Amino acid sequence: MSGHHHHDHDHDHDHPHAPPQPDDKVHSYHQILSIALKELLIEKGVITAAEVRQFIEKRDSITPANGAKVVARAWLDPAYRARLLEDGNAAAAELGFPITGTKLVAVENTSDTHNVVVCTLCSCYPRDLLGLPPAWYKSRAYRARVVREPRAVLREFGTELSDDVALRVHDSTADIRFLVLPQRPVGTDALDEEALAALVTRDSMIGVALLDGGAR
Amino acid sequence: MTRFEPGAKVRVREDCPPGHIRTPVYLRGKPGVVQRYFGAFGNPERLAYNLTGPKKDLYKVRFRAADLWPDYQGSQKDVIEADLYDHWLETI
Repeated sequence: MSGHHHHDHDHDHDHPHAPPQPDDKVHSYHQILSIALKELLIEKGVITAAEVRQFIEKRDSITPANGAKVVARAWLDPAYRARLLEDGNAAAAELGFPITGTKLVAVENTSDTHNVVVCTLCSCYPRDLLGLPPAWYKSRAYRARVVREPRAVLREFGTELSDDVALRVHDSTADIRFLVLPQRPVGTDALDEEALAALVTRDSMIGVALLDGGAR
Repeated sequence: MTRFEPGAKVRVREDCPPGHIRTPVYLRGKPGVVQRYFGAFGNPERLAYNLTGPKKDLYKVRFRAADLWPDYQGSQKDVIEADLYDHWLETI
């Protein structure tokens, strides 16, 4: 798209103009490679631009709210919780969230164990259930540090764990995707499933946050 | 029949082959304990190059943070777990 103006008045008027913003930064080598590959696949008729757009739209429609529903159901229904811990794919599918190509494994926080998830090699994440990972999850800093000094990283997220709590860092190095099943906050006995799901945050399902305050 | 049962003590192969390797360098040569068996999965070292080959048994292996990092500052209870393919694991 051209950035040129086609109106013919001079730019000596005094209303404030935002400075023109170039709409793209300089692409990296791999971004250029990916764009070239996409264009070639479209040109050769393997995929269509509409299919690419539909795929992105579908991806973007998956949000942490899906995972929150799984967590809330597991809190309320011990049999569902057992099924979730036994077979994450089947338990997610039960609630209408199909997971394809990877194996979903739920890891449960307890009063003496806290779980946190990373992919040190790239950005593996339970995308079928939680949507796209946050930018920090893909950053080199998080990936390198959470296996090296996990408690310091959690502290930066406002999460303080006592030394009595064993910290378990899950490095997603293969076909397994991990979902942290956070502890149900105290004082929520009266809440129904929908209200409980509303309490469950993305970060608690990655394991960098707690739901009942910042310390344990 | 899998090579390792949960509880088996293993060591990650100390090796540095070229290619698409899903065994993080920080775990190579380190001792760990098998937690569970996940099943047999396509070998990413072959799949990355559009090659076929036998599926590989995949295990969840637990490492003590203190075994990975001699100067580890957290609790002695802290562990790192990773998912590793059979051909990267040795019996100890």
